[in-house]
Amino acid sequence: MSGKEYLLFPVFCSLSFLVKTTKMQNRTESLLQAIQRRILILDGAMGTMIQRYTLSEEDFRTSELKNHPKALKGNNDLLSLSRPDIIRAIHLEYLEAGADIIETNTFSGTSIAQEDYGLSHLAYDINFFSAKIAREVADQITAQNPDKPRFVAGAMGPTNRTASISPDVNDPGYRAITFDQLATAYAEQVRGLLDGGSDILLIETIFDTLNAKAALFAVQEVFEERNIPLDPREGGIPIMISGTITDASGRTLSGQTTEAFLISVSHVPLLSVGLNCALGAKELRPYLKVLSQKSPFYVSAYPNAGLPNEFGAYDQGANEMADQVRDFLKEGMLNILGGCCGTTPDHIRALAKMAEEFQPRKIEEELEEEENNA
Amino acid sequence: MPKQDYLKLSGLEPLVFTPNINFVNIGERTNITGSKKFARLILNGNYDEALEVALDQVRGGAQVLDVCMDEGMLDGEAAMVRFLNLIASEPEISRIPIMIDSSKWSIILAGLKCVQGKGIVNSISLKNGEEEFILQAKTIKKFGAAVVVMAFDEKGQADTYERRIQICERSYRILVDQVKFNPQDIIFDPNIFPVATGMEEHRRNALDFFLATKWIKENLPGAKVSGGVSNVSFSFRGNDRVREAMHAAFLYHAIHHGMDMGIVNPTMLEVYDDIPKDLLEKVEDVLFDKREDATERLLEFADTVKASGKKEVANEAWRSDPVAKRIEHALVKGILDYIVEDTEAARLELVNPLKVIEGPLMDGMNVVGDLFGEGKMFLPQVVKSARVMKKAVAYLEPFMPLPEEGQEESSLKKILLATVKGDVHDIGKNIVGVVLACNSYQIIDLGVMVDAQKIIDEAIKNKVDIIGLSGLITPSLDEMVNVASEMERQGLQIPLLIGGATTSRIHTAVKIDPVYSGTVVHVTDASKSVPIAGEAISEETRQAYKLQIKETYRQLREEHEAKQSVKQMVSYEEAKANPVEIDWSSFQPVKPKVLGKQIIEELDLETLRKYIDWTPFFSTWMLSGKYPKIFEDPIVGSEAKKLYQDAQTMLDRIISEKWLTAKAVFGIYPVQRQEDDAIVFEPDNSGLKIGQFHFLRQQGKKGKGVPNRSLADYLHPEKQDYLGCFAVTSGLGMESKLAEFQAAGDDYNDILFKALADRLAEAAAEFLHEEVRKNYWGYAKEESLTNDSLIREEYQGIRPAPGYPACPEHSEKETLASLLDMEKSIGISLTSSYAMYPTSSVSGFYFAHPDSKYFGLGKIAQDQVASYAMRKGISLQDAERLLSPNLAYTPSNQLANQTL
Repeated sequence: MSGKEYLLFPVFCSLSFLVKTTKMQNRTESLLQAIQRRILILDGAMGTMIQRYTLSEEDFRTSELKNHPKALKGNNDLLSLSRPDIIRAIHLEYLEAGADIIETNTFSGTSIAQEDYGLSHLAYDINFFSAKIAREVADQITAQNPDKPRFVAGAMGPTNRTASISPDVNDPGYRAITFDQLATAYAEQVRGLLDGGSDILLIETIFDTLNAKAALFAVQEVFEERNIPLDPREGGIPIMISGTITDASGRTLSGQTTEAFLISVSHVPLLSVGLNCALGAKELRPYLKVLSQKSPFYVSAYPNAGLPNEFGAYDQGANEMADQVRDFLKEGMLNILGGCCGTTPDHIRALAKMAEEFQPRKIEEELEEEENNA
Repeated sequence: MPKQDYLKLSGLEPLVFTPNINFVNIGERTNITGSKKFARLILNGNYDEALEVALDQVRGGAQVLDVCMDEGMLDGEAAMVRFLNLIASEPEISRIPIMIDSSKWSIILAGLKCVQGKGIVNSISLKNGEEEFILQAKTIKKFGAAVVVMAFDEKGQADTYERRIQICERSYRILVDQVKFNPQDIIFDPNIFPVATGMEEHRRNALDFFLATKWIKENLPGAKVSGGVSNVSFSFRGNDRVREAMHAAFLYHAIHHGMDMGIVNPTMLEVYDDIPKDLLEKVEDVLFDKREDATERLLEFADTVKASGKKEVANEAWRSDPVAKRIEHALVKGILDYIVEDTEAARLELVNPLKVIEGPLMDGMNVVGDLFGEGKMFLPQVVKSARVMKKAVAYLEPFMPLPEEGQEESSLKKILLATVKGDVHDIGKNIVGVVLACNSYQIIDLGVMVDAQKIIDEAIKNKVDIIGLSGLITPSLDEMVNVASEMERQGLQIPLLIGGATTSRIHTAVKIDPVYSGTVVHVTDASKSVPIAGEAISEETRQAYKLQIKETYRQLREEHEAKQSVKQMVSYEEAKANPVEIDWSSFQPVKPKVLGKQIIEELDLETLRKYIDWTPFFSTWMLSGKYPKIFEDPIVGSEAKKLYQDAQTMLDRIISEKWLTAKAVFGIYPVQRQEDDAIVFEPDNSGLKIGQFHFLRQQGKKGKGVPNRSLADYLHPEKQDYLGCFAVTSGLGMESKLAEFQAAGDDYNDILFKALADRLAEAAAEFLHEEVRKNYWGYAKEESLTNDSLIREEYQGIRPAPGYPACPEHSEKETLASLLDMEKSIGISLTSSYAMYPTSSVSGFYFAHPDSKYFGLGKIAQDQVASYAMRKGISLQDAERLLSPNLAYTPSNQLANQTL
C-alpha cells in the first residue's frame, strides 16, 4: 500500500459510508438466506499462516513507523498496513479453500491491545484497512461465482485485559481496565471495521464475559449513532459472539458455565453464538451441545487443530479434525464452522467438503415456521 | 429478537425461572439500608467481613443477591464498584445473579459495569415521568439486565389495587412497545405495605397486593412479581412469633397469587403448616381483611404469645469460658461461628501466632484426637473439627513471622501422603490426612496419580518424617512395591505406611516389606494411622518398632509360604473338566430387545437417589452398621443420623444445582463361548468379530459336587448366546465444586461429595441393570423388586466387574472401554493401571443366565496363567504382573528380586 492512499483514508471513508448502506443490506439478506440453507464455513487461523512467511522487523514497519521506538515484530494486525499483500494472499487462500466468511486481521486491533506497541493511535486505521483488504478479496471471489457469496467478518478480540478479574492476587478488587475504557476502544474498532466494509461483527475468543458485554455495548452505541437497526432481519449488521472455554471444568476464564455465558450475551439479537480456541474439536463437544440445545441464535464453532503438543504447536491434521467435527454435524449442532489456532487452508478445505454432506442446525423460529407451513 | 419463554438470569451459573421453580429467594443482608451489621462493616471499610455476609447469604440459600450502598455518609458508586469487584473474585458468591439496588441512577450505572452475568436492576419507575423512565430502561437493556419496576408514578406510590394495576400496565406498555424490552425481563414490585397498623387505609394492603399480583400475572404476559415480605408485619416489631407467622402466611398466599421472587429473611419465617391454627386464623383475617375487628383480635392474641418465645435458645454458656476452653469447645463441637474471634483473642493474649497454633489450637485438636481414639467421636465430627482448625490457622497465617534463615520451621512431624501412579482414588487418603492433622502432624498431600520419583523427591525436599501410600485398585499394589524398591535403591530410610482398600497385611509382608530395608507397615484404617505413625517416628521407639514389625512380617511370610505348599490345587485341565453344571438342553438364551451400544446422556439423579445403598456410605466414614438399623445403634446411631442428614441436604443441592452429571453406556452383544473366552460379534449378524473377553477359572481343589467356577460357564457352550457390557459414571462436572471445597479447606464437604458421587455411581449401575433386565434385554419383564431386594441381589443374572473377585484382572476393562467407546460415549477414561476416571464410575458385564452367581476366583496356577497369556496375546511375564494378587506361586523374575 502506498503512503498516499493511506493518508487519504478520512475522505475515502466518509464517502464510502453513505454509498455502502444499501449494498450492506443486500449482503445481510443474502447471508441470512445462505445460513438457512447450509452450514457456512468460516476461515482458519491467521497467525499460523503468517508464521509461514518468515518475516523480519522491517516487514512490520510502514514508512511512518520507520523510527518507531518499540519493536513491532509480532504485531500481526499491523501487517494490514505494512504488508497488505500477505494478508490479501492469506484471505485468498482461505476463500479458495471454500470459506464463506473471512475474518479481518484485527484480532488485536483495539487501542488497548495496541498500547503494548505504542500504537494505540493506529487502531482505527488497522481496522479500516484490514476490513478493506478483506472486502476487496471477498468481492473478487464473489464476482467469480455469484451463487456462493463471500462475507467479511470484522474480528474483535478480547484485548489483553480483563474487566472482571484482578491481575493482582493481593488485591482482588483491583481492575486493570474498566468497562468504559473497553467500550470506548471497541467503539473505535467497530467504526473502523464498518467503514472498511465488514458485513458482520465478530466478538471472539471471549474469556471474560464482561469484556464482551462492553463490546456489545459499544456496538449498540455505534449502531444507534449511525441509525443501524440492531436486528439483522430489520437490515442491521449481524453480530456473532464466540466464547472460549479455557479448561476441562467447562468454564470461561472468568468462571462462567456455557449456559451462564449464553444468558449473559442474549440481550442482543445475535446472528450466532458459539465457541472457539483453547480446545480441540473433541474437547469442545459437551459445551457446544449446551449451546446447541439452549441457544435461540445460530451456533458457531471454530476449534483449534487439537490441543498443543509439548512444544506449543498444533499438529492435528485436516482429516483428523474433520473426523472429530463430523459428529457435531451429524447431530445437527452447528450453523457456522471454521478453525482457530493451528488450522490452515487444508483444514478449511476438509471442513468445507465435509459440511456439504450435512444439514445445518435449525433455530426455534425456523422449526416453528416449518410447523406452520406443514 | 427470538422469543424467550422464561426469565433467565446468570452469575457464574444460570438461573432460569422455569415453571417448576416455585419461588426465588433474594438475599438482602448485603443491603446497607436493611442490615445494620452490613452498614457498619462497609462504613468502616471492612470489606472482607462484608464479603462473609454475602457468603452467608449464598450458603443460606439465597438465589439472587441484592446489593445496596445507598447511605448518606458513603460514596455509593465507589462502594458499589469495590464490593461487586470483590464479589466477582469469590466464585461461591458470584455463582448467583446480582441485584443492583439503588435509588440513585449513577450507582446503578456503576454497578452494571461490574457484573459479567445477567443481573437485575432494582429499581426504576415512572416517578419522574416517562422520558427518564424510557432512557433508563433503554440503557439497562444495552447492559442486558432484567429490571424491577416499582408501582410508582408522577403522583406517588400506588397504594390501592386500582393504582397498582394502572401503573404497572402503563409501565409495561411503555417498556414492551416503545423500548422493546423483553417482557420476561420485567419484574414488578407492586408494594408490600404493613397491615394491622390500626389505620383504616392500611386494611387492604395485603389483599390488594395479592389481587394486583394476580392481575399482573394474568394480564401482562411474561412479567414477574417481586416484593419485600417483612414490610407486611412492620407493626408487630418485637413480637417475632407473630411476625414469623405473618410472613409465612403472606408468602404462602402471595405465591399462590403468582409472586415469583422476593426478599425473605429465612430466619424470620415459620413453616405455614406449623402455624398454630388459632394464630393462623387471626393472621389470615388480617391479610384478607375478613372482619372489622381483625386487627384488634390479632393484637390481643399477640399479647398472649409475646412472652413464650418459640425457639429454644442455643446453649451459649460456653461463650463465657476462658479463650482456650472456648477454642477447645469449638473444635470438639465443630462450631465455625466464633473461631476467628476466639483465635484473635488468643493471638492478642499470646502475642506470637505460632504459640496459638501450638497452644490452644493443638491442645484442642489433641482432645479431638483422644476422643476419636476412645471411640467417643466419629469421623464425620473429626472432619468438621478439622474444618474449624483450618479456618483458625488460615486466620493466623498473615500474622506469622517469615521464617528466618536456618531457623527451625516447625516442631510438627511431617507426613507425605500420596495415591500412587495409575490410581485416582483419594477418599481414604484424605481421611487419613484429616485424622493425622488432628494429631499434630503437618500434612504434605501430593494428591492422586503420583509418580514414584515425585514421591521420593518431595520427601527429600520437605524432610518428611514418614510417607503414606494409598491406592484402591489392585494394580496399585504393584506400584507400591515399585515405590518401595525405588526408595530402597535411592537409599531412603523413611518409614512407609501402606493403606487402601485392596492393600493387606499379607501383601505388605510378602511383597513390599522384602524390597525395603526401612520400616514398612500396613495400616488397616485411619484411626490406626496415629499410633502406628507415632511409634514408627518417635526417637525412643522407632528402632524397636522396626525390628518388631520386620520380625512379624517375616513370620507372616513364612506361614504364607508354608500354606502355599499345602494348598491343594488342581491343574487347569482338571478345573475345566469340573465346570458349573447347567442343563443347556432346556435353556433357550433370550434374544435382547436392543442389541449394540446404547448411550444414556443424562440419568435422572432424583431417580438414582432411590437406588442408593447407604450401608457402604457409612462404612466410608468408618461408621459400621447396616442402614437403616445403624440409626438405632447406641454408639454410632446419632452421628450416623447427623451424617445422613448432611448427606441428604447435599444430595438435594447436588440434584437441584446439578453439581454432577450421571451418564451411562451399555451394549448387549451376540457372543460365542470358546473355552473360557467369549468372542464378541457385531450385533448386525454380519459375523464380524469385534472383541474377545478372557475369563479365569477357579483352580483350588473342590469338594465333591462343587464346581471350579468360571464366568464363562454362564454362557452357552455351543450356541450363540448374549453378553452385556456397561459403564456408568456420576463423576462428571465435579471439579469446580471440589475446587471450591478445597479452596475453603472444607475436607468435610469434599469427602462427603466424593462419597455421595460414589454412591450415585453404584446406584446408577443398579438402576441400569434393572432397566436392562426389564426392558433392553427384557429377560425379566415381570420383575418388581424393592430397593432392599435389589441390594440383596434377589434378581436374575449378575453384573461382575473386571477387578473384582470373579474376574480380578483389570486390563479386561480395555476391551470394555473400546467396545463401548467409553471415553467418547460418556467421558470415562482409563489410567495406566486401568483405574477409571472420573473415579465415581462403575463398569462390568451382564450375564443373564438364572444360575449365574458371584464367586471369588482365588489362587490360580501357572498353567492357567500361561493359557491366559496366550489367549490375550501377551507375554507370560505381563500376565503374571496383571494377575499377581491371584498367583498361587512366585513368578521366577520375582524370585530373583527377593534374593537380591
